[in-house]
Amino acid sequence: MPFWTFFGLQKGKATTPWPRDAVQTGQEGVFGMPRFEPERCAPECDACAEACPTEAITVRRSETEKERLAVDYGRCVVCQLCVEVCPAGAAQTSFDWAFGVRDRADLMLSQEGIAPEKAHGAQDARGEFRRSLHIRHVDAGSCNGCESELQALNNPFYNLHRFGIFFTPSPRFADLLLVTGPVTYAMREPLRRTYEAMPAPRWVMAVGTCAVSGGVAGGGYACGNGLEGILPVDVYLPGCPPNPSAIIEALLMFLNRVPPRVKGGRVVA
Amino acid sequence: MTALADAAATGIEIIPIEPEQLPAAVEALLRGGGRMQMAYAWYPTPGRIELRYVGSRGQKEDFFMWRCTPHGTEVPSVAPISPLLGWYEREISDLFGITFRGHPEPKRLVLHNGAQPHVPPFDPSYPPDAQLPFEAEASGLPEIEDPDVQLLPFGPVRADVVESVELIFLYVGEHILHLHPQLFFKHRGMEKRFEGRSLAHATLLAERVSGVGSFAHALAFCQAVEQAAGCVVPPRARMLRSLLAELERLYNHLHYLGHLAHTTSLKVGEAEGKLLEERAKQINGKLTGSRFLRGLLVPGGLRRDLDPKPWLSAELERLREEIAVYVTMLENTNSHLDRLITTGILRHEVAFDQGATGPIQRASGFDRDLRRDHPYAAYGELPLVVPVKTAGDAHARAQVRIAEIDASIALIQRVLLLLKEGPVRVACLPPPHAEGLGWAESPRGSLFYAVHFAADGTLSRVKIKSPSFSNWRVFPFTVHDSNMMDYAINEASFGLTVAGCDR
Repeated sequence: MPFWTFFGLQKGKATTPWPRDAVQTGQEGVFGMPRFEPERCAPECDACAEACPTEAITVRRSETEKERLAVDYGRCVVCQLCVEVCPAGAAQTSFDWAFGVRDRADLMLSQEGIAPEKAHGAQDARGEFRRSLHIRHVDAGSCNGCESELQALNNPFYNLHRFGIFFTPSPRFADLLLVTGPVTYAMREPLRRTYEAMPAPRWVMAVGTCAVSGGVAGGGYACGNGLEGILPVDVYLPGCPPNPSAIIEALLMFLNRVPPRVKGGRVVA
Repeated sequence: MTALADAAATGIEIIPIEPEQLPAAVEALLRGGGRMQMAYAWYPTPGRIELRYVGSRGQKEDFFMWRCTPHGTEVPSVAPISPLLGWYEREISDLFGITFRGHPEPKRLVLHNGAQPHVPPFDPSYPPDAQLPFEAEASGLPEIEDPDVQLLPFGPVRADVVESVELIFLYVGEHILHLHPQLFFKHRGMEKRFEGRSLAHATLLAERVSGVGSFAHALAFCQAVEQAAGCVVPPRARMLRSLLAELERLYNHLHYLGHLAHTTSLKVGEAEGKLLEERAKQINGKLTGSRFLRGLLVPGGLRRDLDPKPWLSAELERLREEIAVYVTMLENTNSHLDRLITTGILRHEVAFDQGATGPIQRASGFDRDLRRDHPYAAYGELPLVVPVKTAGDAHARAQVRIAEIDASIALIQRVLLLLKEGPVRVACLPPPHAEGLGWAESPRGSLFYAVHFAADGTLSRVKIKSPSFSNWRVFPFTVHDSNMMDYAINEASFGLTVAGCDR
């Protein structure tokens, strides 16, 4: 056994400085939500909307030109098909993977501008937690991609503990319910009972596009459309799956420890 | 290359059979050294169900299918002869409403007790997007008479960040008498989601059946479609497909070793294994834009070309050296090995009868690997080492994976040497009413996709046989009559996913 201790010490520090510094995030080359420049759209073109597997993109054919393209990043599975089919370069691959928001409306890109700031009743209570947060995770029917990235949070590279954020086995000790998956018919009740077992104040985070809106699996005979209409959600983090750096950023944003990055479907910070 | 291309373009043999003749045919096949792979149902026309049974007559013999049309809604069960087919028959009962006469376990599998569809979910008259009416009911357990026997239901919400499954133990003190894993909480009805989708969207769906098997799933799906279309994938795309499939095996197996060290309380060993997994995932991200290798495959080849040559080889070599140190340390830590050796022994015969696959069957003495026995992608042109162990315990399962890590890196380096310029995509359009069978040796074992196309060229049925569906069925046989303290280690040594099994 001593040789493991020696080995560990010898290895030194492996942890990323993210999000304090946006270097060595571990996500070199990892695609994020596509960026859109609707002013470059070709007239009458709706190729991106046709190509999207989750109806995240809508193109209104007539109306005023001002409001032609609307994107719901809460439905985006980062497949890049819109980028591939766009003939005008209006849809482009980006590395905007840190896409956590408090307000579902902030995942909507439209040309009408940024959604007005909404009051967050829970914000003050969150301050009471200072640096510590305990999370209960529930897999409500995910593909295991989100779990794989959540498990990675405790590897030495992300080392979630350094923020005072912990996963807890019992919902009784949990402040935040972190849900993945589109919510299958059989997981709806266990999910609701886990939420009810948590003491107030309690919050809910939807991780991954499935939990936010249903993703590619949503609907059908066995699935719901994520947490929509099931639990009140305080943090949304779309992605398929969101990478561990994105999950860290969203958790710290929820704790008011980093400023929100995304407003009105655009990265502003 | 041409020989490989011809093999890929050949359809598989489909043999009509009467339902009543099936048990005798399966028995004869097994006696002759053959093996059954899976069974599924589909609707060739609304109102007519057809059953398919996939098997092979010998290890390297081509796969074939029996097809039969039930007279009425009842057919004889073949599960008493080929136990591994038991789960497939129960799945067909749940989703298609067929009854299997003489089934040894005539219970629900995929649908939970309490789900009450008015018509079976795969019946064409089932209303689209209508969720199953459901009120939870207890799952069927063996009856207990002895008051000393205790019942422990654990899950579906369990400790830590894990997938949802309910593990029901019947035990006395430390001694586990019986384990009933109540799976399919995560059943998403994925197979039905493929119906009517375009090939591009269906490939994205396949990537999301089992996240840590994204590439293998999409690959088996694409190969099934390519077989249906008689489409020949360009050599560069086939080489890159093999390379990416091995990168998937690499990060999965590293995660496996880290997680196994977690269960034996080897903290630094866990941290190092998971750090190496992270490094492998970061390589995936840098190469493909996705840590799970998503968004590249499409029927006909790859969506875009990759350029791994300038950096991948050196980075993998650095990783290989660190893995070698790590593995040597694991294999010299007595406290770790003590917990693995003789834990959760899977006997050779049980592995065969119940359909164990991948590293699990190779640790119980089976020298089988789809990459070698039924080559696809570029595996026919690559030197392949298939590690086999015979002890059948948790240690053998770990050793097989350790050896596979080495073999995977060697394969990738070989691909990087052989990789030549060229196109990576050809058109792939299956004709109406076409069908195909695709397969891949995923990190967890054999994965099959059967696809059927409708008259208008859209997908009318997709059947997914995932390796975890096979191995979850096998796993309890190593738990019954074992020790509670060994349970977590044994489960980790199987490396199961729930998403792949439940679909």
